[in-house]
Amino acid sequence: MSDTMKYFRENRLPHIWCPGCGHGTVTGALVRAIAKLKLDKNKVVVVSGIGCSSRAPGYLDFDTLHTTHGRALAFATGIKLSRPDLKVIVMTGDGDATAIGGNHFIHAARRNIDITTIVMNNNIYGMTSGQYSPMTPKGMLGTTAPYGNVERSFDLGKLAIAAGATYVGRATSYHVTVLQDLIEKALLNKGFSVVEALTQCPTYMGRKNKLGGPVEMLEWFKARAVNIKAAAVMTPDKLEGKFLIGELYNQPEPEYTAEYSAMADQVRRRFDAFQGGVRGCEQNSD
Amino acid sequence: MSEQKKAFEHVIRERWCKGCNICVAFCPKQVLVLRNGKVHAAHPDQCIGCRMCELRCPDFAIEIREKGSAESLGRDASEVDYAIKPEAHQ
Repeated sequence: MSDTMKYFRENRLPHIWCPGCGHGTVTGALVRAIAKLKLDKNKVVVVSGIGCSSRAPGYLDFDTLHTTHGRALAFATGIKLSRPDLKVIVMTGDGDATAIGGNHFIHAARRNIDITTIVMNNNIYGMTSGQYSPMTPKGMLGTTAPYGNVERSFDLGKLAIAAGATYVGRATSYHVTVLQDLIEKALLNKGFSVVEALTQCPTYMGRKNKLGGPVEMLEWFKARAVNIKAAAVMTPDKLEGKFLIGELYNQPEPEYTAEYSAMADQVRRRFDAFQGGVRGCEQNSD
Repeated sequence: MSEQKKAFEHVIRERWCKGCNICVAFCPKQVLVLRNGKVHAAHPDQCIGCRMCELRCPDFAIEIREKGSAESLGRDASEVDYAIKPEAHQ
């Protein structure tokens, strides 16, 4: 931890998250992954939107940006396009990424722009007192779903893969070593990378659904998470009610900013050649 | 006597700890306890150095260091006083 402490704004800690909130664990995993890769902190930009999860960059000593609700990826796309040499990380929540910023999410994935997105999925809007989000599992309770959520929830992994992300992983705040590993690989991936980190919200999700405190919620993750490697040899009835963790997808594709600058270079060359041609014509006409 | 047993010490930032009990519950050797709502290493000699408490702590409040490793990294947790002053409990 000592070597990771330099990446924190220590004077901003302790953070405002509730006791037992999983967002701190995910933030810690990100910082450890960055420390392991020895990234220069002046070359890393962390962008976030609005929500509990989006408080994270405030505690991190990188160049950070706290933007409007759901628009973190839009701001991050701008940063990456103007400065492709920077490492851009987006920390976002389930509501921020899939509801308010759903469109930005699928289009950033479609473009395959080199941004690492960490979606802290606590299944609920925690900051505004527990309304259900598009990631709230069917049947679960929320402030705006007092008789149970009737909507189906997104499978963020499948959504990201279908939209065109080139690296997709999922872990929980219980499986911290897996989480750190996935974030590290996502940071190294050249292209749009998504790491879904399931986190516990003991204050709203836990209390509304009588899931218990943070420890019980972590045990809930432990009981239901199956590593994708283990799931390959399991029968479908054994996987009933479980979810997969681990590296869900890793397929490199051409990256957007590289393609864009290659296109710009090509146009510039053609334009220069054309201007040369014009000069040539003038000489001929003389 | 092939190898000497490794010893670990716990650096705890009391001021950052919120007493969520995650580290206490998942410690495989029951080294940690909550004392006055803050984590405390009750049996540090039992620690095997798996660092799961450090990795899972949402508040960056606990750190495991191997005893005898002469690593001084400048702004180290042990050099900063994170303890809560006794008068705060009154």
